Amino acid sequence: MIDWALIAESWPLYLNGLKISLILMAISVSASFLLSVPLAIARVSPNPWLSKPVFLYTYVIRGTPLLVQLYMIYFGLAQFEWLRESIAWPLFRNAWFCAWLAFALNSTAYTTEILAGALRQTPSGELEAARSLGMSTATIYGRILLPSAIRRALPQYGNELVMVMHATSIASAVTIVELTRTARDVYYNHLAPFEAFGLVALFYFVITFALVGLVKLLEGRFLRHLRPMSTPSKAA
Amino acid sequence: MSMAMAASPVEKLRAEGLRKSFGTVEVLKGVTLAANSGDVIAMIGSSGSGKSTVLRCLNLLEKPNAGRIIVSGEELRLAPDRRGELDAEDPQQLQRMRARLAMVFQQFNLWGHMTALENVIEAPIRVLGLSRAEAVARAERYLARVGVSHRKDAYPSHMSGGEQQRVAIARALAMEPEVMLFDEPTSALDPELVGEVLRVMRSLAEEGRTMLVVTHEMGFAREVASRVIFLHRGVIEEEGPPGQVLSNPSSERLQSFLANSLK
Repeated sequence: MIDWALIAESWPLYLNGLKISLILMAISVSASFLLSVPLAIARVSPNPWLSKPVFLYTYVIRGTPLLVQLYMIYFGLAQFEWLRESIAWPLFRNAWFCAWLAFALNSTAYTTEILAGALRQTPSGELEAARSLGMSTATIYGRILLPSAIRRALPQYGNELVMVMHATSIASAVTIVELTRTARDVYYNHLAPFEAFGLVALFYFVITFALVGLVKLLEGRFLRHLRPMSTPSKAA
Repeated sequence: MSMAMAASPVEKLRAEGLRKSFGTVEVLKGVTLAANSGDVIAMIGSSGSGKSTVLRCLNLLEKPNAGRIIVSGEELRLAPDRRGELDAEDPQQLQRMRARLAMVFQQFNLWGHMTALENVIEAPIRVLGLSRAEAVARAERYLARVGVSHRKDAYPSHMSGGEQQRVAIARALAMEPEVMLFDEPTSALDPELVGEVLRVMRSLAEEGRTMLVVTHEMGFAREVASRVIFLHRGVIEEEGPPGQVLSNPSSERLQSFLANSLK
């Protein structure tokens, strides 16, 4: 039978794990969003010196598992003496920093591709209109290209947010006691796998749907212009 | 507009010897034209004659291979790029000159993520440096001028083609340009929506605005234009007042073009 007492007793541990998972997600996603805007612009640039390196970066990151990337950063880099003797070592010794770096770099690759795709879908006429009215390149990016591309990317970006949320469970592999690690500890201590992992699944489920709901809300606000209208005014 | 009434006309726009090739095809073979204040110039010609390309070279949406462009006495400084096409030497001068030659496109090209009002205030704020309040007042004036005030909070995809094109005209007007360039402004419209756009353009012409209109609407060219330019295979074949050019065409090509388009 289900051990309700155990669930009640370990509830505070889960809440703490939830907090850690959400913090990890928040710092990773904010870094990746800030990085992916300039990278996406470079990715769609006609200049190969800008676009090719970004393509290489996203290609390599998307072609390898996140867990391997995290192991490389946390365990792999520690093998080099020059790094251990450098001033950056306190950072790379820190599990939090390594997890944040791995998640941010990973999510940056996916977000860059999502944004670059949305940038490429900009109707060329909208760009010509902006140019014909005398807008500078910076204004065109800031006011026309990026605002419309980020709006278009929103549904896909919502998926990316959910993926990052789920991926934070990988931080348990480098000693960070987030949600999944909490569940594993509860399981080891009480040998109640169904309670331990069932509860954590429920937590992820609830956060996922909260995220999906949030993105739907944003879409309602920012994608009004793409929705069909019930009363088209054809004959005005 | 009082300027239209002035005795000596002021030259607003001049292009000299415009040449443009796409690959090995030379679509403009030396086009020279000038527009004085208050002129309404209709540019006609069959498709592929290069008339849209002329317009797009004037604001450098297409880079010409040769030629000069002068707006109100200020010459756009051009220099050949690596491909041998002329590009602006000074991007800021180009932006300044483009702002004085607002363009209306065949496909409207409104910014899809902005409402009608936002479309109209954007460039006056970002390019001309107007305050938001000034730009909104100006936009509301011009949206009313073209008869789409009631749609100011609508997004382009929620408007009819005629409404979108009138918003696009308001967007161009809000720049208070010296010359307005119209690139086949009614060609993408359903036939029953053409009239509302032509009426707006006619009333702009009557206020004395300087307009350069690439069009297939012979009625508009005949009744509204002060001058008609007939372009054929990249050269100006004939030009003059509409009464002369359209009623008594001297070249055989214009005669056959008019015979085909007046059906």
